[in-house]
Amino acid sequence: MSEKLQKILDTQGWVLADGATGTNLFNMGLEAGEAPEMWNEWHPDRIKALYKGAVDAGSDLFLTNSFGGNASRLKLHGAEKRARELSRISAEIAREVADTAGRDVVVAGSMGPTGDIMLPVGTLSHADAVEIFEEQAHGLMEGGADVLWVETVSAPEEYAAAAEAIGNVGAPWCGTMSFDTAGRTMMGLTSTGMVEMVEGLAHKPMAFGANCGVGASDLLRTMLGMAEANPTQPLIAKGNAGIPKYVDGHIHYDGTPELMAKYAVLARDSGASIIGGCCGTMPEHLAAMRHALETIKVGQKPDLTTISDQMGAFSSVSDGTGDAPAPERVRRRRRT
Amino acid sequence: MSDQEDDIILSELSDEELVPQIHDDLYDGLKEEIEESVNILLGRGWMPYDVLTKALVEGMRIVGIDFRDGILFVPEVLLAANAMKGGMAILKPLLAETGAPRLGNMVIGTVKGDIHDIGKNLVTMMMEGAGFEVKDLGINNPVENYLDELENGDYDILGMSALLTTTMPYMKVVIDTMVEKGMRDDYTVLVGGAPLNEEFGKAIGADAYCRDAAVAVETAKEFMAKKHNQMNA
Repeated sequence: MSEKLQKILDTQGWVLADGATGTNLFNMGLEAGEAPEMWNEWHPDRIKALYKGAVDAGSDLFLTNSFGGNASRLKLHGAEKRARELSRISAEIAREVADTAGRDVVVAGSMGPTGDIMLPVGTLSHADAVEIFEEQAHGLMEGGADVLWVETVSAPEEYAAAAEAIGNVGAPWCGTMSFDTAGRTMMGLTSTGMVEMVEGLAHKPMAFGANCGVGASDLLRTMLGMAEANPTQPLIAKGNAGIPKYVDGHIHYDGTPELMAKYAVLARDSGASIIGGCCGTMPEHLAAMRHALETIKVGQKPDLTTISDQMGAFSSVSDGTGDAPAPERVRRRRRT
Repeated sequence: MSDQEDDIILSELSDEELVPQIHDDLYDGLKEEIEESVNILLGRGWMPYDVLTKALVEGMRIVGIDFRDGILFVPEVLLAANAMKGGMAILKPLLAETGAPRLGNMVIGTVKGDIHDIGKNLVTMMMEGAGFEVKDLGINNPVENYLDELENGDYDILGMSALLTTTMPYMKVVIDTMVEKGMRDDYTVLVGGAPLNEEFGKAIGADAYCRDAAVAVETAKEFMAKKHNQMNA
């Protein structure tokens, strides 16, 4: 169970997580529009190859192919009744890969967002969200996941619903959000806001942090913001391998293995201890990240200038944290 | 402190005070207040089209600017759009009766092969919030879905969305088919989605790439204004 994750953290001081799922699966022939989770059943060999790619490159932890394996997302493929089953299979294949790795490797059961916006601004109720997450959590744990791994969430309400669902199942978990809008999540949550929100949860994650979002620079700024708020849990950094560019009819992520190696070291210096990639991060990136984390000593916490010098410019001037007053529109009179 | 002031009685405000108050109430997402104010202006003899454009659309324009600038985020914008729709529901039958110029009709959908819809849903809500009529085709749309809907309805704008780098090229298939059928110039084609950029929009022959939902609304309004000007010329 989760002792394995704790053990690696304690002995190594950091954990190398995995990279991209989607980018790798598209390279293996996943057709756009297909639900990747169906491949757990149709092409278990390819899912196994996906997992092995991360493990062989040196990942201590990898995510199951179940990101969209909740009833709300699977409904788009007419498979909403199969959330538990498809999630279970994704974890079963992962268990087999981890158990034959010859070293401690953690299976993290991936749980992506529902894709719906929650009440009162949207349509999804808290109770329904909890039910949806709980079903998937059951499936992943039945399949042998060591921990559950909530990722790419934008709304604090949805993160809380996932926490409650996982609490009902009684499983350990980690959970990251995506900070892609002027340094905040799409719903406006800041990095320090997330630390506060996590502190208030009844069933707290073992570790939390950020994944995906814009580029590596923004993600590192998010890490600095979280570390500044003195979280009691380890921080997770899973950034994209650069930014996608459309070149001659196909897409290419501009992050090289060398750049991702630098990012991994900076992420650790910024306070993250579980470090991986997200979209565009392939096994060669992971291997370079592992090598860098093993050979380079922990350094000083970087400042924002160091980050932008090494990783590129930020997507926005401010990320909504710190002393700078938030811009506000002056109105005649506020009423509520 | 504003809390200590007396409650605002909307019906006691002059037109000059009520219109900015409507902008503020939209900003705060106060649906009931918007509905009340719309009825007050109509009761004072305002043309429905003026209520729509000077009070509601202008208020949503301010919301759009602050969304673009990272001052407001999705939850606030959705509440504002919802308040706007409350006012719109009152105005809609009256606008039709008075023969007011329409703001624009749009077909929107995520392209074939792509199952992502949050961004597209946001654009739909913001466009409706700005007074547009929007037909949402959902996700995973082959070219026929778009063309059938365009041909069977009375539309001005086609919006296409893609989140995947593997699906965004399909937008070009749709536009090329429109060209083949000689219907491309009848519509304004707007495209959006995280991996796209302006260059890509130009390369595939779209009229514009829209970075986010607020930009989509402003761009749609610009194209509709051009269209009205041409018709009146």
